[in-house]
Amino acid sequence: MKIGKQTIKLESKPCIYSTSSIVGPKEMQGPLAQYFDLHIKDVYFEEKSFEKAESKMLETCINNLLIKSGITQNDVDIIFSGDLLNQCISSGFAIRNFDVPFLGLYGACSTFCEGLLLSSIVIEANVAKQVIASASSHFCSAERQFRMPLEHGNQKSPLAQSTVTGSGAALITNREVADNGIHITYVTPGKIIDLGVTDMSNMGAAMAPAVFSTISNHLTDTGRTIDYYDYIITGDLGIHGSDMLYELFKKEGIDISKKHKDCGVLIYDEENQDVNSGGSGCGCVASVFSSYIFNELKAKNINKILLIATGALMSPVSSSQGESIPGIAHAIAIENEV
Amino acid sequence: MNTNLNISNSEYDNLISQKAQKSPILKNILLAFLVGGLICVLGQFINNKLMGFGIDKESASAFTSIILIFIGAFLTSVNLYSRIGKFAGAGSTIPITGFSNSVVAPAIEFKSEGYVLGIGANMFKIAGPVLVYGITSTVILGFVYYLFHFVF
Repeated sequence: MKIGKQTIKLESKPCIYSTSSIVGPKEMQGPLAQYFDLHIKDVYFEEKSFEKAESKMLETCINNLLIKSGITQNDVDIIFSGDLLNQCISSGFAIRNFDVPFLGLYGACSTFCEGLLLSSIVIEANVAKQVIASASSHFCSAERQFRMPLEHGNQKSPLAQSTVTGSGAALITNREVADNGIHITYVTPGKIIDLGVTDMSNMGAAMAPAVFSTISNHLTDTGRTIDYYDYIITGDLGIHGSDMLYELFKKEGIDISKKHKDCGVLIYDEENQDVNSGGSGCGCVASVFSSYIFNELKAKNINKILLIATGALMSPVSSSQGESIPGIAHAIAIENEV
Repeated sequence: MNTNLNISNSEYDNLISQKAQKSPILKNILLAFLVGGLICVLGQFINNKLMGFGIDKESASAFTSIILIFIGAFLTSVNLYSRIGKFAGAGSTIPITGFSNSVVAPAIEFKSEGYVLGIGANMFKIAGPVLVYGITSTVILGFVYYLFHFVF
């Protein structure tokens, strides 16, 4: 049921039954290494190209999810999946091996939450019982498409973010089919917000206003305050983008810095991993949520979170044509039954 | 709470400039100067050695360029040039070794799309603009030079 301006209240409270994550070698050197289910030892994952490696990673991740959930692909009604590559080839090629209806998504780095959001809506509508939402990104395939060849010698801006090599997948179920107490209660699809940032290496700042808009609308629509949540977790604002978000809230007299975590900041060790402003990519929020955050929810260390994946909806073509970077952010309220 | 962003594009732009971590320009310039200088010293060394072998000046400079291009290509292929580039910035981009790097890097990267549509089509992705404007400006300058001599 729609409430307020842009939030949907999910009366049936769809359940996030289980999650699966896989990451690359660099992510395994980061602080969250112990939480990931699987990892690949080299960026090629025994394939001939980075794109094939990314597809295989996503396929492995979804297979692992099926095993962890104790179901087969015949039990899954729909897979929502997306990635960063042109025409969403990582998802398309990964999911061609499954005998399950597939809906491909592109929301840049917000794709994982877009998938969770749509999954929970189809469950709420009672047109599906078990749905998978997944997303992936790969540092090397993303660099190739959006930036320079890997072997090219250049310097990066301190504001630039490093694309996460990783995939995450979640199984969302109707509570009558399977329930573990972790529920999606509200979803707030975001509006596109563009404050004219054109610097492609400063996507955190380009996306921060969209996060502000989605959070403030979510809170207004639900009548909640920041304090209701244990954490507000954003996808990949990075260090600089998070700073910009705090500034936007500060203007409204609200301090969210103590409640806020960012997956792009959590996944790497900023001191020692040479990632500038932090991690980014669809796989960033997907792998961090599917490992560390979901673990914390299951252990009931945290019980109420607002997960907001953020996307920068530009392409190298639009940037070359001088366009600014439109930002988007989708929010999902996830709560433990306590 | 207020759901509208009370900030104009230019105000936001100012806020970004205030908050953004700046590139360490002085350090970058110094490193570029040092590494770029070192590459030039290496070139001069090779050039002097070649002339020491009795090769004439013009051939020696051509051989020097060829050797430097090879070094750039080799360091790119063993993934060392990207590290030098991260450290030295323009210092390793501007010399001829950097030009070599900008041709070899996409050649390696696009091999997965085949020899024609991959390597062939993308090899000059980065170096292409340098060639286009380099050659065009040389032709224009040459024409101006010729006119100058013709008139005076």
